[in-house]
Amino acid sequence: MNKERKEEHATANVSRRDFLRGGAAGAVTTGLLQRISGAPSAMSGHGVEGPGALSMKLRVNGRKHRVELEPRTTLLDALRNHLDLTGAKKVCDRGTCGSCTVLVDGKPVYSCSTLAIEAQGKDVTTVEGLGTPERMHPVQEAFVDNDAQQCGFCTPGFVVACKAFLDQNPNPTLDQINTGLGGNLCRCGTYAGIRPAVMQAAGVLKGGTNG
Amino acid sequence: MADYSWPEASKRRYIGKSVSRLDGPLKVTGVAKYSYDVNRSGMLVAKILRCPHAHARITALDTSAAESLPGVKAVRVIQGVGSEIKWELDEVATVAAETEEAAEDGVRAIQIDYEVLSHFVTEEDRASAPDQEIAREETEGDPAAAMASADVRSKGYYGIAAITHCCMESHGQVCEWEGEDKLNAWCSTQAVSGLPGQFADKLGLPTANVRVITPYMGGGFGSKFSADRWGIECAELARQENAAVKLFLERDAELAVAGDRPSAYAKIEVGAKSDGTIVAWSSETWGSGGISGSRGSPPVPYVFQVPNRKQTHHSIVINKATARAWRAPNHPQACFLTMGALEDLAAELKMDPLDLFLKNVSITGPRADTYAEELEVGAALMDWRRKWHPRGDSGRGPVKRGLGLGLHTWGGRAHQSNCEVVIFPDGNVEARLGSQDLGTGTITVVAMILAETLDLPLDAVNVRIGDSRFPASGGSGGSTTVGGVTSSTRRAAVNALEQLLERVAPSLGVSADQLEAVGGRVQVKGNPARSLSWRQAAARVGPSPMSATGSNPGPGKLSDSGVGGIQMADVSVDVETGIVKINKVVAVQDCGLIIDMKLSESQVYGSLIMGIAYALCEEKVLDPVSGKMLNPDMEFYKLPGIGDIGELVVHMMTGPEYDKRGVIGLGEPPVISTGAAIANAVANAIGVRVPYMPVTPNRVLEALERGGAA
Amino acid sequence: MRAFEYANPTSIQDAVRLLGSNEGESAVLAGGTDLLSLMKDYIVTPGRLVNIKSIDELQGVSYDSATGLSIGAVATLDELAAQDSVQTHYPALIQAIDGIRSPQIQAAGTVGGDLCQRPRCWYFRRGFGLLAQMNGKSMVADGDNRYHAILGNDGQAQFVNASSLAPALIALGAKVSIQGVSGSREVDLQDFFQTPGSQGERENVLAPNEILTRIMVPAASGTQSATYEVREKEALDWPLAAASVSLTQNGGGVGQARVVLGHVAPVPWVSEKAAMALQGKAVSRESAERAGDAAVEGARALSRNKYKIQLARVAVKRAVLRAAGMEGS
Repeated sequence: MNKERKEEHATANVSRRDFLRGGAAGAVTTGLLQRISGAPSAMSGHGVEGPGALSMKLRVNGRKHRVELEPRTTLLDALRNHLDLTGAKKVCDRGTCGSCTVLVDGKPVYSCSTLAIEAQGKDVTTVEGLGTPERMHPVQEAFVDNDAQQCGFCTPGFVVACKAFLDQNPNPTLDQINTGLGGNLCRCGTYAGIRPAVMQAAGVLKGGTNG
Repeated sequence: MADYSWPEASKRRYIGKSVSRLDGPLKVTGVAKYSYDVNRSGMLVAKILRCPHAHARITALDTSAAESLPGVKAVRVIQGVGSEIKWELDEVATVAAETEEAAEDGVRAIQIDYEVLSHFVTEEDRASAPDQEIAREETEGDPAAAMASADVRSKGYYGIAAITHCCMESHGQVCEWEGEDKLNAWCSTQAVSGLPGQFADKLGLPTANVRVITPYMGGGFGSKFSADRWGIECAELARQENAAVKLFLERDAELAVAGDRPSAYAKIEVGAKSDGTIVAWSSETWGSGGISGSRGSPPVPYVFQVPNRKQTHHSIVINKATARAWRAPNHPQACFLTMGALEDLAAELKMDPLDLFLKNVSITGPRADTYAEELEVGAALMDWRRKWHPRGDSGRGPVKRGLGLGLHTWGGRAHQSNCEVVIFPDGNVEARLGSQDLGTGTITVVAMILAETLDLPLDAVNVRIGDSRFPASGGSGGSTTVGGVTSSTRRAAVNALEQLLERVAPSLGVSADQLEAVGGRVQVKGNPARSLSWRQAAARVGPSPMSATGSNPGPGKLSDSGVGGIQMADVSVDVETGIVKINKVVAVQDCGLIIDMKLSESQVYGSLIMGIAYALCEEKVLDPVSGKMLNPDMEFYKLPGIGDIGELVVHMMTGPEYDKRGVIGLGEPPVISTGAAIANAVANAIGVRVPYMPVTPNRVLEALERGGAA
Repeated sequence: MRAFEYANPTSIQDAVRLLGSNEGESAVLAGGTDLLSLMKDYIVTPGRLVNIKSIDELQGVSYDSATGLSIGAVATLDELAAQDSVQTHYPALIQAIDGIRSPQIQAAGTVGGDLCQRPRCWYFRRGFGLLAQMNGKSMVADGDNRYHAILGNDGQAQFVNASSLAPALIALGAKVSIQGVSGSREVDLQDFFQTPGSQGERENVLAPNEILTRIMVPAASGTQSATYEVREKEALDWPLAAASVSLTQNGGGVGQARVVLGHVAPVPWVSEKAAMALQGKAVSRESAERAGDAAVEGARALSRNKYKIQLARVAVKRAVLRAAGMEGS
C-alpha cells in the first residue's frame, strides 16, 4: 500500500487529496468542492449556513484542517473522502455497527451519525491518532497479540471503542466488557480475541505489565 | 528430485506454532488500505439507482435532470424502459459524480416509473409457489420397508431462514484506466486471479490488460467471486469519464442483493431399532435462494449415511436476488435439519444423543474414527456426561438449561496455486502470489512456510499477495486456500533454495547437495564452521534477483481433503420470555497439519460466533405484502455482540496421525454444526423442539405453547 | 441525504424562529443518532437543520430534593446516567439507559432525542409512512408484524413507540416543557405522546416550530422504581417489550403505583389496571404476576406478534419485583 501512495504523490496533477496528504496543517482547499446544492430558503435565514459547501475547520489527531464541505457531509465522510483518514470505516452508515467510531472530545461517537459541521471546534481522534504500526497504543498491541481481528474491517472502530471503554473502566470485569462494548459489531467473529485483548490492555495502561 | 515434504515435527520452527497475524499492526492502526479506502487523484464516486419493487416493469425513465445537476459527470442506464425487474433493489442506472453527495443527488434526480407486477417471496408456503421444480430425488436401499421395520420412528418439521453474508466491507471497487485499454481495479474480492478474466470478457479487453488489486479485504464468506454488474458499470464509468471511479454498495443493497444463503424447509421421518441403530430416513425438503431457485440442495441426511433413505428436494423460485455461496454452501442447513431430526429421534428413544451418535458413528464414512475420538474429547470439555439430562430441564425457575451437539464434514481440497519466490542479492526474500487474505491469515501462513523452508526469521521474509500480476492462485472459497498457497509456497521455496545452494556450492567447495540452510546461514551439512551468512550467500546470486516458482498441485503430497468436526452447546432458555443465552460452546476440529495454531483457533472461534449469529439472530426478512426486504440494515438484521457469545472452547486435533495428511482448509467446517448444536440444546432445555432457525423468542414461546415438558 | 441549511442558534427564541412553521421543512438536530439515519433514507427531508446543542438553557441535569430532577433536553444519556442523584433516586431511569447498549449512542444521544425519536417500524423505515400504507391500505395485518403493537392498536397506527426513557420517565411522573414562538407550555410526558389517527399526524404533540426544552421529574424519595426490558441481545438491540414501574410502599402494602410499558403500543402505554392490581397489597410474586396479567388485558395480537403479549406480561412482573427489590423471587 505504501507503494500505491507514492504513485499517487508522483502524479503531476495535485488533487485535493494529495494536497491534503502532502500539505501542511491547515491547508486550504478552495474551489474544488464548491457547489451550491439548492436555492436559498424562504424561511427566516439569519444565522443560517449552506446548503452549499462552506469552509470548515476540523481538528483531527491534533492537526488542524480547513475543508470545504456541505452541511450534510458526515464526519465519517469528511474523514474518509476529504482528509484521506480511512481508518474509520463505513459499514452500516446508520449508527449501529460501530465501525466508524471515533473520539470527539474524548468520547466515543459514531462518526456516520455526526455531521462534520458539528465537529468543528472539537478534538477528533481517529484510530490513526492512537498509534502507528511502529508505536502501537496498548489497545492496538493487545488486539494484535490476542488476534482480536480477522478481516480487520470492524477493527479500527473496535479499537477506538475499547480505548474509550478503558478510559471509563480502567479495571474492567468480563461482565463489564460484555455489556460495555455493545455498540460495535464484528462479522468474522473476533469477540473471543477482543475480550482478552481488553484485559491485557487494561493491565498495560494501569502500568502493570509492559506487553 | 527435491524433497518438498513437510519437515518432521521435531524440526519445525514455525509450522504448528502460534504466530501473530503479520498484517495485524497495519490493521489495528487503520494503516491497512482496503479497496473501499482507496482514494485516487480526481476520483469520482458512483451510486446506483435501484428498483424499489420486487417485481416490476420500467415504463418511463428520464435521466436528463440528473445529468444536468452540478457535480454529476455521467449517468448510465443499466436496465431501460421495458425491462422487467425481478427482485427488489436490482440495478437500474448508475451515476458518477465529483462527490458522494452529488452522486446521491443524481440518483434521486432520475425520473422513473414502474408498472408493479405480482411477486412471490414466501417460499415456506410451497403449495403457493408459482415456480418450482424437483431438484433432487434419490433413493438408497429400501426406505419404506426399513421404516416399517423400525422400532421407533420420529417425524418432524424443520425450517431454517435465508441469511445474508453481511460483509463489513460492502461489495465494490475502484476502477481506473491506464490509457484506453488497461484497467486497474481495486476490488473487494475473494478471487484476485480470477477477476481479470471476468472484467476483460465484459469490457472487450485482453485478460492481461486487467489488473486486480486487493491487499486487504473486509470479508466475503462466499459472496465475492464475481466482477458483478456493478463492477463492470464502475469500469465503464471510469472509461467514459477517463477518471478513477469508486463504487461500493450501500448497506441496504449489500444485504438485499449481494448474496445470501438459501432457506431450507423439511419434513423428515427417521426410524431406528430400539438399540438406537438408525435404519431408515425419509425427507422432503424445499427452499429458495431467490430468482434462480434453491441453488443446489441441502445434502441430507448429513454425515450419517443412513442405509435406507429417500430424499426429494424442491427448488422454489422467489423474487429475490440470487443466493451466493455462503460459507460451506448447503451444509449448515443440512446439518440443522439432520441433527435436529436425529436429536428428536434420540428423545423418542430416550437415549442421550451422544450415545446415539456414537452408536451410529460407523455410518459416517471415512472419518468415523475421528468423529468417535472427537465426541469423547468434546464430551470431556463440555462435561457432557455429568451435565446432560433427558429432554426438559426439570429444575425450578424460568431459566432452563440444556445441551446439544452436532457433527459436520467438509472437503477443503487445496486449490490450484502458483507462487514465485524471489531471493534478492541483498538477502531479501519475497513470496508473490495472486492470492488474497480475507482475514483468514493467508499472508501469515505464506510467510511462515517461506521462513520455515529457508530457516530464516519471520521478519526476514516478505509476502506480497492481492495483485493479479503475481502468479495465479485460486479464489478463496471452500476452505481451499491454505492448502493451495502453503503447497505452492513450499515448492517454490524449496526450488529457490536449491538454486541458491547451486550458486553457493563452489565457494564452499562442495556440491549443492552437501549444503543446507540453517538458522539464517548456508552451511555444509552439519558443519557450521564452513558456512556463509544468508546475506553473503544471497550475494552469490549475482546482480539480478533469483526467482523460482512452485505450483499446487505439484510434486509431493502436501495437502489433503476431508475433515470431520463436532460441536456441543450449553444454553439457557428463559421459558417466560423465550430468550436463549449461550453458556458455552465446545468445538473439536481436525484439519490435518496446522500451520498457525493461533490463526486456526481464530477461524474456529469466529465460526462459532457466526454460528451463534445464525442460530439465534440472523434472518433475511422479506415482506409478503411488498416483496421488499424489511431489515436491510444492521439494527434488525441482527448480529450478536461481544456479550452474546458465552464461553467458547476450541480444541484442534493434532498429532502425527493428523499431521501426516498434510494441510487442509478450515474456513467452512467449524461454522456448520454450531447452529444444529444450539438448536438441539434448546430442545434439550425446554423439552420441545423449536423447529425454526433462528431460534428467536417468538418461536420458542410458540413451541412451548404447542407443548413441552417445561 | 438531501442538502440542507444548517443553523446553530444559541437561544431557544432563535431556534424556534429558525424552525419555521411548516411540517417537514425543518428539523431539530440534537444527538443526531436517529435523525441522520432518517434523512439518509429520505424518510424525512428537511431543508434546514437547527442544531440545538449550543443553547445553554437546554443543557444540564440538576437535582433538588424538594423539586426533583430537571433535565435539559440536550443532556446526553451518559451525562444523565452519571448523576449520583439519578443513581440514588431513579433506578428506573438508570436501568432504561443501561438498556441502550451502545456507549456511542449514550455519549451522543440526548434525553430529548430519545423522547422524540421516530418509530423503528420497518414499514415506516422503508418509506411506507407512519401508518405503513400501500395503495391506501395498511400493510401490517398481512405483512410481517412480529415487532408491532399489541396494545392501542385498534386504530390505523400499528407501530410501537421506540423511546427507552419514556416509560421510566412517565412512571416517575415526568412533565416536559415545550417552547414555541408564542411562549412555552408544560405537559405531562404521558400527554406528550399521541397515536396518529390519520396519515400526516405525528406521534407527539410538538408543532413544527416547537422544541422540547426540559424534562422535570418529581422528587422520588420513598419511591421505588425499576425498568425491565426483554431484549434478544446483550449488545445494542431494540427491546421486544419493556416495562417501567414506580411504587411507594407503606405498612399496608403498595400505596401509589405507576406501570408503563414500552415497545408494545404506538405510545408509551400507561396501564392503570396494572397499577390498580398492585395498590393496597404487599408486593409478592403473585401480585406482580397479577399486575402483568392486568397490563395485557385487552391486548390484541396481530398474526405474528402474539408472543409479545407474554413478553409484556413478564416485563411488568419483573419490573415490579425489581422495583421492590425482590428480583429473582
